[in-house]
Amino acid sequence: MIILSITENVNNWLLSIMSEDAASIVAMVLIALIYLTIFAIAGLFLVLIERRVAAWFQLRIGPNRVGYQGLLQTMADAIKLLTKELTGTEKADKFLYNLAPYFVIISALMALAVIPFTQEFHAFDINIGIFFLIAISSIGVIGILLGGWSSNNKFALIGAMRSGVQTISYELSVGLSLLTMVIVTGTLQLSEIIEFQKSGWLIVQGHIPAIIAFMVFMISGTAETNRAPFDLVEAESELGAGFHTEYSGMKFAYFFLAEFINMFIIAAIATTIFFGGWLSPFGITESIPMLGVFWFLAKTMVLVFLMMWFRWTFPRLRVDQLLTLEWKYLLPINLVNMVLMALIVWLNLTIQL
Amino acid sequence: MSYFSDIYQGIKTLLTGMSVTGKYFITSRKGAITQQYPDNRDTLTMFDRFRGEVIMPHNEENEHRCTGCQKCDIACPNGTIEIIWDRGIDEETGKKKKKIDQFVYHLSMCTMCGLCIDVCPTDAIEWGQNFENSTYDRSKLTRVLNNPDSKLMSGVED
Repeated sequence: MIILSITENVNNWLLSIMSEDAASIVAMVLIALIYLTIFAIAGLFLVLIERRVAAWFQLRIGPNRVGYQGLLQTMADAIKLLTKELTGTEKADKFLYNLAPYFVIISALMALAVIPFTQEFHAFDINIGIFFLIAISSIGVIGILLGGWSSNNKFALIGAMRSGVQTISYELSVGLSLLTMVIVTGTLQLSEIIEFQKSGWLIVQGHIPAIIAFMVFMISGTAETNRAPFDLVEAESELGAGFHTEYSGMKFAYFFLAEFINMFIIAAIATTIFFGGWLSPFGITESIPMLGVFWFLAKTMVLVFLMMWFRWTFPRLRVDQLLTLEWKYLLPINLVNMVLMALIVWLNLTIQL
Repeated sequence: MSYFSDIYQGIKTLLTGMSVTGKYFITSRKGAITQQYPDNRDTLTMFDRFRGEVIMPHNEENEHRCTGCQKCDIACPNGTIEIIWDRGIDEETGKKKKKIDQFVYHLSMCTMCGLCIDVCPTDAIEWGQNFENSTYDRSKLTRVLNNPDSKLMSGVED
């Protein structure tokens, strides 16, 4: 429990050696550093998992040389990127160009703060949790737009503009599908949403509209993270590398890492809202709260695998198809689904285990 | 209402695609097409259509099928093949007859187009499976394909 009740223990220990204001600031810095370290490493392993899974989908083997089964491959890549020279375009807007990667990575890391890994391992239990997540997840696009604009490269600009179109469209669906579930829970606080699911995960409680909301959330969540089949922001075959064409070295690595952390975040939100977060299935390990992290990560990895499955199966959408899917299909379905969910909650038709 | 049937068809086709890749994912551990090359160097066999280099097969009595007609030499777009030929006395008939002295093949100039093999009337040359062609000396890439003291297989010219 020492590791899990991380915030309180750190706070108590710091209070014993310094004043209250200093202690709270130092505690925040410490927790931020812990999160940064954990997710820098987790991001690297997500990249590795993506590469192995992609290889298996394509009947290849994937990286298996550096370390056991290639476990250290992405570490080696990161070290290589750290030591590389940072190049940039001559006519780039230097200030915005350097600022853009930090926007992307910071918005990704900020969203991690509100995600409840267990009852204790939860850095910032704010009472508007879902609202915060919806708000933060659409800030990342500013970094992409800045990066594309300031690179002074037409491919980067086209990629960034596509990203703007995509994120503005699809964050509607992300928000609405999450709000559909908020109708059931009646609270935006993530810890209370998980408490609420002790009588059945929300995807079971909400049955049909919950499954529709989950499907819509996974589709629009994939679009929010700019992954295939919605990767027309990067679109290697059309735009070079899209908005990060002109980035190299560590700045490129930030974009890359942010993409994978975003994927983790979308899967983690889906786990929290639809699949009961750190709750074990049928409460089989309820007496051991330590296993919460395991259940949370297991469910998240299943959803991450689902997103990888999407990526290596579906072809990329055109811009008009992208907008048709959102405005003609996902959004109307979502609105109808929300009314349906409201009716179900009103008539007490939810399934309680 | 094509709207709802579109949604149904869309989801159905997406699931079909996912089941195909899902099957690949499950069977990939056994059926991976990747060759881990330096490790399996002893057991690695190339596929039939692989174009490694041009070779001239000889039988056990050191006989090849090349009559020295030089069609391959003419067909080659970049002068890869050079045939040094001579006239010798044929033992059976006692007449003077054309025969090859050296079939010189410059691998460094070869683009593996296969025109020489297509054009050969006696199937004297064919594709080899070797692909480890790097050397430290350029002159090692110039090869003489016929073995020393080899002679024409009897009955090829009929």
